[in-house]
This record gives sequence, structure tokens and C-alpha cells, in this order.
Amino acid sequence: MSTLAPSPPSTPSQPSARLAARWTRAWSGRRRWPLVGIAGATIAAALVLLPLAYLVVEAQRSGWGEVQRLLLRHSVAVLLWNTVRLALACTALCAVLGVAAAWCVERTTLPGRRLWAVALVLPLGVPDFVVGFGWVSIDPALHGYLAAVMIMTLALYPLVYLPVASALANLDAGLEEAARSLGLGPWQTFWRVTLRQIRPAVLGGCLLVTLALLAEYGAFEIVQYRTFTVEIYTEYKLGFDAVGACVLSLVLVALSVAALAGELTLTGRGRSGRPAGPGARRPAPRVALGRLSAPALAGLAALSGLALGVPVGSLAYWMARGSSSTLPSASILAAAGHTALYSAAAAALATALAVPVSALAIRHRNRATVLIERLAYLPMALPGVVIALGLVSFTVRYAFALYQSALELIVAYAVLFLPLAVVGVRSAMGQSSSRLEEVGRSLGARPSAVWRRVTLPLIAPGLGAAFALVFISSATELTATLLLHPTGVNTLATQFWAYTSELSYGAAAPYAALMVAISAVPAYLLSRRMSTLAHTERGA
Amino acid sequence: MSRLSVSGLWKGYAGTAVLQGVELEVPAGSLTAVLGLSGCGKTTLLRVIAGFERAERGTVSLGERTLEDGRTYLAPERRSIGYVPQEGALFPHLSVRENVGFGLSRRERRGERVDALLEMVGIAPLAKRLPHELSGGEQQRVALARALARRPQALLLDEPFSSLDASLRSRVREEVHALLREQGVTTVLVTHDQEEALSLADIVAVLRDGRIVQQGAPAELYEQPADERLARFLGAVNVIDAQFEHGAARTALGTLTLRGASAGASAESDAGARTGADTGAGVVMVRPEQLDVQVCEDGAPASAAGVRGRVEQCRYYGHDALLHIRPEQPDGPAQPDGPARPGNAARPAGPAQPGDAAQPRDAELLLARVHGEQALPIGTRVAVAARGPVTALR
Repeated sequence: MSTLAPSPPSTPSQPSARLAARWTRAWSGRRRWPLVGIAGATIAAALVLLPLAYLVVEAQRSGWGEVQRLLLRHSVAVLLWNTVRLALACTALCAVLGVAAAWCVERTTLPGRRLWAVALVLPLGVPDFVVGFGWVSIDPALHGYLAAVMIMTLALYPLVYLPVASALANLDAGLEEAARSLGLGPWQTFWRVTLRQIRPAVLGGCLLVTLALLAEYGAFEIVQYRTFTVEIYTEYKLGFDAVGACVLSLVLVALSVAALAGELTLTGRGRSGRPAGPGARRPAPRVALGRLSAPALAGLAALSGLALGVPVGSLAYWMARGSSSTLPSASILAAAGHTALYSAAAAALATALAVPVSALAIRHRNRATVLIERLAYLPMALPGVVIALGLVSFTVRYAFALYQSALELIVAYAVLFLPLAVVGVRSAMGQSSSRLEEVGRSLGARPSAVWRRVTLPLIAPGLGAAFALVFISSATELTATLLLHPTGVNTLATQFWAYTSELSYGAAAPYAALMVAISAVPAYLLSRRMSTLAHTERGA
Repeated sequence: MSRLSVSGLWKGYAGTAVLQGVELEVPAGSLTAVLGLSGCGKTTLLRVIAGFERAERGTVSLGERTLEDGRTYLAPERRSIGYVPQEGALFPHLSVRENVGFGLSRRERRGERVDALLEMVGIAPLAKRLPHELSGGEQQRVALARALARRPQALLLDEPFSSLDASLRSRVREEVHALLREQGVTTVLVTHDQEEALSLADIVAVLRDGRIVQQGAPAELYEQPADERLARFLGAVNVIDAQFEHGAARTALGTLTLRGASAGASAESDAGARTGADTGAGVVMVRPEQLDVQVCEDGAPASAAGVRGRVEQCRYYGHDALLHIRPEQPDGPAQPDGPARPGNAARPAGPAQPGDAAQPRDAELLLARVHGEQALPIGTRVAVAARGPVTALR
């Protein structure tokens, strides 16, 4: 938002001076932003770029010829095929299940809808590798493609269900009524109007599913299905082949970026504008399913039973069976303590970085701040293994003291989950309008006082949400944790993994149960909040 | 209480000039309305005065203090200017009492000042409520009390009533007006509602295309607008061809005295209006309420002066009604002279015939405002004459 200067009397002769003048003008336009803010946002952007940059540096250390050789291996083609067919099948299944379940809960008169709304979201609180553990520990024969598809679909469908359910709940009845009055039947209306409206939600959910699939390590390792992430981890950790791992990581990043671009183009084509004109929205009426009620209820019960019942049940089973020898000792407390410490530090760091990023992007929109904001979303497309590898290559070379230190793990978490923090903080920033800050100024408060007395109290709930989201995600993260955790220090995730690898399911179960407990509470609160949000919006 | 003056103010966004040399004088203690269509730069002007935006050129001063010119720029918190944005913009996390006390020091916040303010705007019983628990009118009053708390030297109101529904709006408007009058604080109110500006303000300044096109008392603007566009903006109008001579305008609707013919026009209206000194052809502005409408019985002779016509539409508003009257062409052969020829002016003054001296423009429709009970059915034949004085337009 640069001010339109009435053509300066003399143009600086040097281009650099002109550039500097433009830069200062851009920053000093309406309100000067404190240097702290700019510095914070810049650090956030640098932290995001650092792992990616060192991945490239590391990959081409042995020359581009080597990179080419590593890329054109036969095994890479196999990995690509494995990864792509899994992503396609899982994403399609999640889309169908998520939309169908959301429609049943939000648009029909099925009994127990509020209960279903919670039960269908709760699987989100169970880490994917725990879902895998749950299934494999009761049926060790489960492995390969179909097992991977089933487990990941059950673990990830809530990522489609949640946005679609909220889109359906906020749909305006007027559109469907207009379609019916124009001669469309109920099915045609669903296909041509309803689905059209919820399309961005479906596509957004599908993107999250695809990205999660590309990043997943633990669940695939458990069912012995090789995707890029599994191979990268294995090559680095077991084969000590850093270059090979880095080259494969770049392919993985390319796949994630392709998924992102695909979602962007599809959403762009089906842009659904808000209905023009004022007038209160009315909630769309619900459909009575009649004779179809029983099959629909059975379907919902089966879905939540398989997705939530099986992992939780098998955890309970192993914990009940655990003999005194496998009962959690003091080590589980130590592991929980480390998990809590690292996750809290990461959550604080990510939230602190997200504040200047979103504040600048909202209040001081220009090309630089928008670029920084986009960069902050980039880790969405960066699997944990990629960020961990990039950080490792950097620290090994330039900061060996930090190699496998707690700080490195915390930074990795913070970068990995920065997008979650930015989403939370950004929506909160929207709550505090710049108008309120201006009023504060006109009432005699200095900018720092306005920040303390107006902005901060208003965004505090958003900061809390961002902190909680990053905390949960860090506490249940496995891949980067395995690569980066300080030697000799165990977290819940690494200890669980160690026991699972030894097939000591009874010993592993308490660790998983604790992780589920940590993340289930906020998942429940999230689903409650979504439904109250939907209801207040309807009421307004 | 200080005089607020703005001169030569320029401001633009992304290459578009929004304010292009605004000149505005707000006398101490007055309520001045800045009137303009949406997008004309009203809000930008307020924001520059408040200090939220920097001007590119021009000066803003309040009393003896220069708030902004080429060199100095005073931060908003040091200007002593109260600001009431659209919709009030109350701090949602603070109670009514805390909102009102926001600008006061810690000690003042606990003292009687806040109570006095709450009492003043009549919201004392709501002191503990949160903003979302208030009605639109109540929010507006809290915002006003909050802005007045620091005893600002000037107060800026940005479309303060536009978010209220019609019934509430007039009431809140009256209350706020009375309050400001009582406080005697120099106030700038920005609005797009000409009725609001004319009824509320001591002085109205019309902002158009980034410039103040006219500034003056409400009646002065309404009766002697600077140009035709402004005349239409301020209310319905008939623009009618006229011949000027000896301080009078000869029109189809009768011979009418011209405003300002004797005393001379004021400085502002000099720019656009003609005075009685001129002679020749031109147009005059006749407001609908200056037209007398009489029902003609069929076959009755035409009245002494005026135009005959038929009611084509009747817009009924309750307290009054606006008639759209289509003038009738006289029966029989057309007049040899076309309408509004300069040559017609040479005819002896006398009863003007329809189609004779000059025809009304505006697609030939005349707008006449009559009392509500005088609303006429469509098709009624009427005779229309105008009452002076009228204003010549450029």
C-alpha cells in the first residue's frame, strides 16, 4: 500500500537508491510497522526456506550426474507407482465417505445426529500410525496395498468430512429451492447445485488427505508398504545414504506441489461465489430418509466403528492384557514430559512466528508480506521427513552443536506446523479490525498501548487455538521425531515406535493411549466448536 | 473548541487520486456535514483529518495547531480529535464502561467522569454490558460517549447513522444532534444522505470528485446550488428554459423573480449562479414544492399563467405526494416559432401560452410536490404555475 507520492522533484540517479526509496515508501505508507514485526516475519520465511534449500544443496553435492542416476533407478518408478495409486484410491474413497457421512449428518433427519457428528470426527485424534498399529496388532497378516488403502482411508476421511459438513450446514436453502422451482429433481439438484456449492470444501479436504498420505511414514512401515516417505526414511536412517534420501525428498516435494497445484486449478474453475444480494440465509431443510434410514445408520455405525472402535479397542485390549512386566514404568512419565516440553516449545515458537507473518499480511499488504505469508503455508506441502532431512543436512555442515539437539527438533516442529499456527492467528487477526486499532489511536493510545490493550486481547483466543493445534500435532508427530530426537531422550512417539518395532504391543499400547488422549480432547472441542459455529451462523 | 481547517489536500491510492485539493473550513463549535456519493472520498478525508492516513499535499490545522503539512505530521493519538466510525467500532472485549473509559487515564477511568458520560448519552444502566448485547442505537451512543470522553477539540463522525434502520435513525440523529449542540464541540459529519445533511448540519460541504464543490448553509445550498448536478443531488428539481430580463425570468410557468437579483449573490454561489444583471436566455431551477397545481375542469378556460397538463404518475409518501405532470401541447396547428427561441423574448409580457415562451426540459415532465391529501389520480388535467424566487443555473 504505497502512498502515491506527487512525483519527487529529483529522481535519484542510482537504481539502488531508487529501490531503497521505494522500499522505505512501501513500508512507511500508512502506519510504520515496528522492526520487530518485520524481523519476525523474515525469520519465519528463512526457517521455512532453510530445509528446502539444504535439501537441494545436499542432493547435488555429488554432481548433477549422480542426481540423474539416482532419479532414473527402477526402484524410483516402483515408488512412484506405489505412491500415486495409493494417493488416488485413498483420496477418492475419503471423498466419497466424507461427503456421504456429512450429508447424512447435516441434511437428513437420522436419529442421533449430534452424537454422529462427534463420533465421525474423533478418528482425527488418533495418529495414523496408531490406527495402523491397532489393525496390525489384531491381524498380523494385514500388509500391502489394500491394507494401506483401508487404514489410511479410515484414518483420514474426517479431513473431508469436517469441511464438507460445515459447508453443508451453512448452505442457503434458497439455492436448492430455486433449482427445484426451475424444474430439477432432487438428484439433479444435488448434482448440479448442492455439490457445486460444497465443491471447494470437498477439494480442500481431498488436498489435505493427499498431503497427509504423501507425508505418512509410520502406518506404511507397519503394513510394510513402500512409498517415497518410507523409502527416504529407510535410505537415510538404515542405509546412511544422505544424498539418495535428499534426491528422493525432492521428488516427494514435487508430488506435494503437484497436488497443491491440482487443487488450485480445480477450485479455480468451480469458483462458487456467495449468493448476491442481502437477505438472511435460511438453513436448508433436512431430508427424511424413510426406508433408507436403517442402511444409512448401519453405514455410519460401521464407519465410526472401524475408524475409531478398532484402534481404540485394540489399544484397550493390549493395555488390559499387559502383564506387570510390561506395565508402564517411570519411563512413560519421562517420555510424556519430553513430549510435552518439546511440543509446548514448538507451539510457542510457531505461534510467535505466525503473529508477525499474519499481522503484516493483513495490516500491511504488499508484495513482500504476501510472499512471506505464502512461504509460511509452504510446509503444508513439505512432509516431516523432508524438513527433518533438510535441517539435518544444514546442522551437520554448519552448526554441528545443534545436530540432534532439542532445539533442532523444536524448530522442525515449528516449521512443520507453522501453517496451522498461521491459519489460527490469521483468522483471529481478522476479528480485530484495523478500524478498532485506529479508534484506539484516536483515543490517545500509542501504537504499543493499542497493541497491548486492543489487538492482543482480541486475538488471544486465536493464539490459544494456534498453540493448541501445534502442540497436538507435535505431540503425535512420528517421522521427524524419529530422525531428530536427541540421542538418549525418548518421547511418547519414539518409545511407542521402539516397542512396536519389537512387536511388544502390550508395552507400546500405553504410549499410544496417552497420545490419543492428548489429541482426542482438542479434536472433540474442535468438532463441538464447528457445530456451534454453524448454529450461530444460522441463527444470525 | 477550535476551528478546523483543511486546505489543498491531495490523497490517492494506487495511482487514483481520491482527494484533489480539498478546501474545508469548519467554524469552531459548528456541525458541518460533508455530503457526497459513496466513493467520492468522504471517508478518506475524515481519515486524513484523524491522522490514520497521510496526505500527499496540503495542510490540516486545528485551532492554532498544525496537524499536518509538508513537514509535520502529528500521530492520531496526539491530535485531540475524536472519531466515531461507521457501526461504532466498539471494542468487543470491553464492557460499555471500559469502552467509554478507554481514552482516560487509570485514575479518571475509576472516577466520576465515565459515569457522567454514560449519564449524558443515556446509557448508564447498560454500563456492564458487552457491545454485542446492545442495539445499534445504543452502540452508536457508546461510541459517541467514548469519543467525547477526552474532551476532544474536534469530533469526526463517519456515516454514524447509516447502519441504523429508518425508524431508529431519525431518533438517534435527533439525540446526537442535541448532545453535540449542548457540548458545542466542532464536528464534521460525513454522509451520503442529503436529507440528513440538510436537516442536521449548520454548514453543508458537498464533496464531488475529490473536491468541495460548494459549502454553505443548508438552505443556501438547496436554493442556490452551484450547478445543475448539485441541484439534482440535493433533491428533485425542474430545470426550465427561461429568458432573463430586469432581474426576472420569463418561463412557461410564469414570470418569476430571480434569487439574488437585488442583494447580489453570496461568494459561493457566484461561481455558478446568474444574477439579475444578466439578460438573455438560460435555465432556471424550480423545486417541486415551488409549483402550484390546480385541477382544471374540462372546458374551463386556462388560468392566467402556467402550463396545462395531465398527471401521469403520483408518488404518494403520506405527508406529501410527488406528481409527474406531462404538459399538454396546445390543440390546433403548431406554433410557428419553436420553443425557447431567443426571438420569443421580444414578445410583450403577458399570459404565457403553453409551448410559447419555453418548454420545461427533463423529457418534458414537470415534478410538483403537493400535500398528501391533495394527491391526484392519474390522468387528472391540471394547470401548473411556479412561485418565485427561482435560481438561475449555469
